[in-house]
Amino acid sequence: MSTQTMTFAKALTAGLRASLEADDHVMIMGEDVGRLGGVFRITDGLQKDFGEHRVVDTPLAESGIVGTAIGLAMRGYRPICEIQFDGFVFPAYDQITTQLAKLHYRSRGAIRLPVVVRIPYGGGIGAIEHHSESPEALFAHTPGLRVVSPATPQDAYDMIRAAVVSPDPVLFFEPKGRYWSKGEVDLDSPVATATSDGGTPDPLGQARIARAGTDVTLVAYGPTVATALSAADALAAEGTSAEVVDLRSLSPMDVPAVVDSVRRTGRCVVVHEAPTFFGAGAELAARVTEECFYSLEAPVLRVGGFHTPYPVAKIEHDYLPSTDRVLDAVDRALAH
Amino acid sequence: MNPDASQGAAAEEDLVQLVAPDGRRTDGEQAAAYRDRAAHLGTDELRAMYRDMVLTRRFDDESTALQRQGELGLYPQGRGQEAAQVGSGHALHPQDFVFPSYREHGVLQVRGVDPVDRLRIYRGTEHGGWDPADHNVHLNTLVLGSQTLHATGYALGVQRDGLVGTGDPQRDTAVVTYFGDGASSQGDVNEALVFAAVNNAPVVFFCQNNQWAISEPTSRQTRVPLYKRGEGFGIPGVRVDGNDVLASYAVMAEALERARTGGGPTFVEAYTYRMGAHTTSDDPTRYRERAEEEEWALRDPIDRLAALLRAEDRWDDAWAADVEAQADSLAERLRADLRALEDPASTSMFEHVYATPHSQVEAERAWFEAYEHDTAQDERDSSREAAR
Repeated sequence: MSTQTMTFAKALTAGLRASLEADDHVMIMGEDVGRLGGVFRITDGLQKDFGEHRVVDTPLAESGIVGTAIGLAMRGYRPICEIQFDGFVFPAYDQITTQLAKLHYRSRGAIRLPVVVRIPYGGGIGAIEHHSESPEALFAHTPGLRVVSPATPQDAYDMIRAAVVSPDPVLFFEPKGRYWSKGEVDLDSPVATATSDGGTPDPLGQARIARAGTDVTLVAYGPTVATALSAADALAAEGTSAEVVDLRSLSPMDVPAVVDSVRRTGRCVVVHEAPTFFGAGAELAARVTEECFYSLEAPVLRVGGFHTPYPVAKIEHDYLPSTDRVLDAVDRALAH
Repeated sequence: MNPDASQGAAAEEDLVQLVAPDGRRTDGEQAAAYRDRAAHLGTDELRAMYRDMVLTRRFDDESTALQRQGELGLYPQGRGQEAAQVGSGHALHPQDFVFPSYREHGVLQVRGVDPVDRLRIYRGTEHGGWDPADHNVHLNTLVLGSQTLHATGYALGVQRDGLVGTGDPQRDTAVVTYFGDGASSQGDVNEALVFAAVNNAPVVFFCQNNQWAISEPTSRQTRVPLYKRGEGFGIPGVRVDGNDVLASYAVMAEALERARTGGGPTFVEAYTYRMGAHTTSDDPTRYRERAEEEEWALRDPIDRLAALLRAEDRWDDAWAADVEAQADSLAERLRADLRALEDPASTSMFEHVYATPHSQVEAERAWFEAYEHDTAQDERDSSREAAR
């Protein structure tokens, strides 16, 4: 087994490399992904090794990137599009929601669009505006798209490969604040694939228990999994056992995994960077309330961004869900 | 504002026209190269174009009537644009791929897309209607201009497949995207021009300038003639008389050959006129003059080709009667088969949302099926009915 310690970013690069090696119809396209290796260096070295034909520097036009990726997919290619930053996905929003998400449906399955749209997202890096946002709920609200976000280097490596082989379009949200976090990565782990009859577990739709616990369930994904784990550490010191569920996927959402946990703990706190208003946590709170009503000891609480534009860098720490804000929510849940 | 202020003057002088409205072949120097492109078209080919134009118009008339009868929710009329569509369609090779907008009834006719399939979307039984691979015709795209990027991407795929400039006309492949004067303002169209130009993609941008984007004249979209739109991107442009089927064929044939042989994209502006309404929900009397419609009626594309056929002794009354009979049977079949289309099962709404199972869709489908089942068995329904 080839297990190495590497950063989240390098794990992604390794996953992309493995995908390019596995199928010569896989290609990477985006702004600065070639010679530069991307502004976050996620595609570092890939153009050098696979050529300008496979790793393509595109014009600076996001709608053009996704729109041409759709045409390439119709011709049998498997494009992986890089959107440089979360806030720049909106020029491509039309193509993603009106075309990419719908063509399989409109054609009654005749057109398959195995396109991956990689989006570095989230804040905490002291960036200027449009560089710290979390627009994932907008895409989870769009039928036809799969929306996922890895939280660990191993998942980054596994999930990008699973996304590339998925026959469905995948919006792949990368927690950019976690790019430089390190972890163990098994580079020999198999690529998860789906069967059309659903006989195997959904390779991209399974949550994981990041930490087992008994008193409260913390649900997170992407960048806030680390926040939830840190809160769980603090709670453990106080004698409270928190379970942390890493959703991994927003569409589909592994509700049964959360329900199973909350039925055991009786309390649920959802944590994400995106605004809580109409966010993923709202959906989860509704579902948990429906399915765990008689197990709940407290209302489902949400910790997340406010209904404001992402604030300036100097005060972003007050916007982002911190360990303290999670602990505050857990205290409120335990007070019931 | 004069709708034609930005283009009227240029319209006539820059126009590639091979057949004048009276049916006589033009002899100007400017169109000489294109004349050669159409020179090989004999009686059979010209009659085939005529047939497709007549069938397209009958399809249009019949579809409009079916909408008026409540059999279609909506129908976008193509009347007047038959030459641009049929002429350009006849220049395509089987391996070429078409990305239409939603008014390309003539192109779909030429490519063999079944007339009933073309109307499923307006009947409300499907969002698509056919398998694009069957005729190398993508589904209609209703979001203006989106398909120009799909066409460009597809063309990049063709290029990557090594099917450009092989020297084998059976293999070299071009892609064409159809759009209109209104869509030309969309960012996607302009991004498509960028992507196509910098990659030298084998794609033809076929813009039908039918003078009206619903109620907005082309002067609301552009200050320069549209065929010049490609120049700044490095894409050659040509304006063709879109009511002249021979010119539309010839200009398209050249553009397609340029694409197939590695010469890159071309921007074609087919100068034509939407004689009908934007759709059956539209009322053109609110925004344009009857005189303008009458003026364009004198340039009717089908009349023009008929006049050419007669002028060159290619017309035959028995043949023409047969074409009319074919149109009659097309109309008859449309009426019968359209009404016979079965409504899809309610549960079909849950199909094909994803290619692989998605737990949310599956759970909602299961809930819906159980709900339908319970409702059907619910005796309260009948007692409620009785109580009314």
